[in-house]
Amino acid sequence: MRNYFRKLFQKPAAPRQDSATTAPLSELQLQSITSNANARFDTQQLIAACGQSMGKQRDLNEDSVLAITSTLAGNSGNTPFGLYIVADGMGGHQFGEVASNAAIRTVAGMIMRKFHPYLFNLKAELPDESLQEIMQSAVTEAQKVIQREAPGSGTTLTAALILGQQVTIAHVGDSRAYMVYPDGRLEAVTRDHSLVKRLEELGHISPEEAANYPHRNVLYRALGQGELLEPDIFTIPFPTAGLLMLCSDGLWGVISEQNLLQAVREAPNLQRACQNLVSAANAAGGPDNISVVLVQLAGQ
Amino acid sequence: MSLDTHRITQPLDDGNDPAPRRQLQAGTTLAQRYLIQEVIGVGGMGSVYRARDLHFPNVVKLVAAKEMINLAPDPLVRQTIVKNFEREANLLATLNHPSIPRIYDYFSQDDRSYLVLEFIHGKDLEAIIAEADGFLPEEQALTWGIELCDVLAYLHAHKPDPIIFRDMKPSNVMINHNGDVILVDFGIAKTFQTGIKGTMIGTEGYSPPEQYRGEATPLADIYALGATLHHALTRRDPRLEPPFSFDERPVRKMNPAISPDLEAVIATALQYNAQDRFPSAADMKEALLNAGRKTGMLSHMPTSGLQASGVKPLWTFPCEDEIRGTPAIHQGTLFIGSYDNNLYALNAADGKFQWKYPTDGGIVSRPGVYEGNVYFGSEDKRLHVVGARSGKVAWTYYTEGPVRSSPRIAEGHVFIGSDDHYLHAVNLNTGRAAWKFETASPVRSTPFVANELVYVGNESGDFYAVDFRGELKWRFQAKRAITSSPIVGGQAVYFCSMDSTLYALDGRNGWLLWRYRLGKGSIVSPAMAENIVFAGAVDGFIYAIETQSARELWRFRTEHQVSGSPVVYKDSVYCGSADGQIYCLEYRTGRLRWKFATQGPITGTPLVYDDIVYVGSTDHQVYALLA
Repeated sequence: MRNYFRKLFQKPAAPRQDSATTAPLSELQLQSITSNANARFDTQQLIAACGQSMGKQRDLNEDSVLAITSTLAGNSGNTPFGLYIVADGMGGHQFGEVASNAAIRTVAGMIMRKFHPYLFNLKAELPDESLQEIMQSAVTEAQKVIQREAPGSGTTLTAALILGQQVTIAHVGDSRAYMVYPDGRLEAVTRDHSLVKRLEELGHISPEEAANYPHRNVLYRALGQGELLEPDIFTIPFPTAGLLMLCSDGLWGVISEQNLLQAVREAPNLQRACQNLVSAANAAGGPDNISVVLVQLAGQ
Repeated sequence: MSLDTHRITQPLDDGNDPAPRRQLQAGTTLAQRYLIQEVIGVGGMGSVYRARDLHFPNVVKLVAAKEMINLAPDPLVRQTIVKNFEREANLLATLNHPSIPRIYDYFSQDDRSYLVLEFIHGKDLEAIIAEADGFLPEEQALTWGIELCDVLAYLHAHKPDPIIFRDMKPSNVMINHNGDVILVDFGIAKTFQTGIKGTMIGTEGYSPPEQYRGEATPLADIYALGATLHHALTRRDPRLEPPFSFDERPVRKMNPAISPDLEAVIATALQYNAQDRFPSAADMKEALLNAGRKTGMLSHMPTSGLQASGVKPLWTFPCEDEIRGTPAIHQGTLFIGSYDNNLYALNAADGKFQWKYPTDGGIVSRPGVYEGNVYFGSEDKRLHVVGARSGKVAWTYYTEGPVRSSPRIAEGHVFIGSDDHYLHAVNLNTGRAAWKFETASPVRSTPFVANELVYVGNESGDFYAVDFRGELKWRFQAKRAITSSPIVGGQAVYFCSMDSTLYALDGRNGWLLWRYRLGKGSIVSPAMAENIVFAGAVDGFIYAIETQSARELWRFRTEHQVSGSPVVYKDSVYCGSADGQIYCLEYRTGRLRWKFATQGPITGTPLVYDDIVYVGSTDHQVYALLA
């Protein structure tokens, strides 16, 4: 007890100044600081952060996430290199987590093997296999592995391979890739392979009906399912001064795009943004596993 | 002995595929009765073999042995798989129909189960569609459609419960040596659970909407039959299209030779709402028969093509030799080079001659106009600079080889390639070389300037990105010549090569984003609009490729090699061909708007300005046509 008092009174209290009130910086102030911080990057580089949560209602995490950020060092400058994947395994009783895990392992393994000579050796010759072909063969291999390791199961896969300013995306299922533009727009660049999305596209149901559709989770295309898998593969430029976001439907299906944007824009940095997003989904009930990856191309 | 040989020569285990999954080798005997001869099919769960039944020593009786390898780690999953297999066997055993294979036996050993079935001498419909040169004849599809209706009617009339095939698709339809259909693979008995997150659904593309919700009725089989016939007649695999998009792709849109009656039958079978389809397979058969009777009476009318003579030139201008290049326009004057060695200046409105400027070689180079001067190369090895109004020489620049490349003017310089292997950067003010970039072979492609880089290809298949100081930034190697001139859009650079490829590279670092396989080599310089890149090739096609996904949107067949390059104006793409015609196509669909025949192959790019198309032909003429 005495020690306690001693501690308490040992140091004189900080000199009191009339006007000195401490208050946390406002979001606006924080943003101005962080935007200044961003301006310091004079070389193109990727910055990424992830967030994951089991959610509030599941006792198993069937989502898998991968984030690899690097640069390809070359004689003519460094090229940003990144590989980001979200996979959402499906159908609890049928090894969803095995499928999503196998998808990530196989796809990332295949891709990293192709890039090994460029990441770890100085190889001058560019490969004659295109980035889209590399993605395609990785997805095909993952399909085989899942059918072997967990027949009957399936998983979504949204994988983004970034090289320089080009983003090559391979996509199956209803996880999503979004572009977050600096002017506050959020644009989904992938198309859900879900029954409900298809019905909405066809105009059979309205977006409002879609939100309450009973078969909302039925996919017509998933990795591990079907004999002929046609992933969507495309290449788009990284949004200037924007962000790339990958997420499972545990995030996008639970909070509105407006709230997604808000959670990202109000955060001082990417890591906090991911935490905000996961918290928001959990606050909204957390009905499903939540996974999110945010990527920024700084120094653009 | 032969067995040993097989063991020695079989491929080495790559460590990924566990041994039990290997296919049976020819010569293996199953259940001491079925001698495996060869693999005739591979499915998700195992292979299908042709085998000889040894119980008939004096005759060769062939059977099909369908294998199911059960490697699922979960015991529950394993059990379900075995149950499904036995179900297929028991189901087949009760059926008796000429279009359903007979079952002889089934048994399990170790991790594998086998179903022994009637061997069908024939091919599956998917292979037949894929291997056909063009579309299947309408009569053929009709006959098979009618037979499939028969077998579906038989299954649907099964007692006590109707049997729903659930998986009608071309790969499950065998055509035997008599040309009759046999329905194979009764193994798909999907259990549907609604409401559970992530529940999976049937065969994408062929299945009707309600099957995605777990309902399977006879009407689902009718939809899938419609989808199968649609695939057979259009060669468009529905698994590669969005589900339920058949109404966006009516049969006759892709195969106009099909009768409207048959198209209507297929459209009815493919109705989104089950109650709008044929109420039974028998009704669909009746409709197919009616369509067949009608077509039998009608003689096939040739689809009326557009009249080539419908387009009249506004004016023409004769040069004294071939025109192989591309015109340019500036302030009402059209500039075009000819192999009569002259550069011509014509009044764009009426084709009146204004002046010509003689060089000492043929001119294929497209003129560039900048600040009152016309820049162009000639086979006399020079870059000529001539006053646009006067036609008088301003200055000339000498290279050491014929100049077939076209000038690109940017940043105070003119960039142009030459057969002397160099890319030249010439200062506009001094007329002197700022730098020369050496390549391994003649540079006939026209440089493109973007991202502060100069892009150009050469005749040995090298593609270079050079900065404004003439330093190599990156290099890409195609397998054959790049005569095609690059175009840059959305940070990607596109060009064709004689190695039969349309390339898309990252403009900044040269990484190959995608490549699209053309039917043959190409010297065509691509054009772009929105997110479409247009090209052509020696195989005679004009192609439209989506820039993000590298998917073909359409291709249009001309009557000879596509040697001219496309250009986009408003919602049309214009392209000349070695068949002498210039084609005007709607660029989103590839639909022909009009075509115009010149008397010789067109190798240049048309120019479209103010709704007028200007094009030169090797028939020596310059044509002005209404766009």
